[in-house]
Amino acid sequence: MNGGHTEHVEHHLPKNLYFVIFGALMVLTALTVGLAFVNLGQLNIVVALAVAIVKASLVVLFFMHLKYESHLTKVVLGAGVFWLMLLLGIIMDYVTRSWMYIPSLPK
Amino acid sequence: MTHGGAHAHVSSRFQHHFDSLAHQKDAATLGMWVFLVTEIMFFGGMFVAYMIFRMWYFPGFAAASEELDIVLGATNTAVLIGSSLTVALAVNAAQEGKQKTIVTMLVLTGILGLVFLVIKYFEYKVKIAGHHFPDGTTITLFPAAGFFDVSQSHHLAPLANQIRIFMFIYFALTGMHAVHMIIGIGVLSVILWMAVRGEFTKEWNTPVEIFGLYWHFVDIVWIFLFPLLYLVERHG
Repeated sequence: MNGGHTEHVEHHLPKNLYFVIFGALMVLTALTVGLAFVNLGQLNIVVALAVAIVKASLVVLFFMHLKYESHLTKVVLGAGVFWLMLLLGIIMDYVTRSWMYIPSLPK
Repeated sequence: MTHGGAHAHVSSRFQHHFDSLAHQKDAATLGMWVFLVTEIMFFGGMFVAYMIFRMWYFPGFAAASEELDIVLGATNTAVLIGSSLTVALAVNAAQEGKQKTIVTMLVLTGILGLVFLVIKYFEYKVKIAGHHFPDGTTITLFPAAGFFDVSQSHHLAPLANQIRIFMFIYFALTGMHAVHMIIGIGVLSVILWMAVRGEFTKEWNTPVEIFGLYWHFVDIVWIFLFPLLYLVERHG
């Protein structure tokens, strides 16, 4: 197996970057708590998930060095996330059956 | 490409079926990511259950979520993000071959991990004392806020079953997350022991980095759990 590792890059990043990412994560945590107390209607969950996805992306790209990882590794994670999207897609089946009986839902 | 050379030093860590130490490290990293993808699948199922029940039983989810301690939840989020920083710095120090810094950062990570678990323990204690733990027999909910059970007339009584489902999901998700934290601290102890023995060098520090990947993943799970469980509907 030659050639499987030709993309190898040493992911040694400057320490400052880690502190910047840490700061961004803390700010985003404060933001998500703050926004939860604002009534955005249906958008509350959307905003909460969007902030969480941004935070997760920062951790994956910089703390976990995925940005500097081989294409193969990126494809593996991509496939995992794609699978998760398919699983979450099942929710659409529930969303589009509003006429159906939902157990013990109060009026 | 670092063909050759790798054999000259750190030969004790070099496995002959790889081209180079860099190749060996790439293989280990890829293997860890494959494992983390299975972890996404593991937690993903529970997240989907959460989403569907949240849609069906939103009133119960909103009421139950408000019973969770937002201050402790937010504190734990900060604690975990802090521990992710210390792990990242441990990996950084390992790449530079700074023995003392690796040990310091790993110790800090372990302390922050334990702080998280202690806070979680006190949260669980309150919930279990208040019979929020859905054991199937007792469902005396919210004793602090007017003590009621399903037989009593309380404005939340009609939501009792929905609240019970929320608490099931709360304990399943945070419980599995806590198990991952405990395993993480176990692995950390081994890595720390290796670091104290000075086994990590500039050339070979893969275990620190692989452990870091695991720790960051567990942090990411909490990044999603915190808003989904603690912040369902906090606005008036």
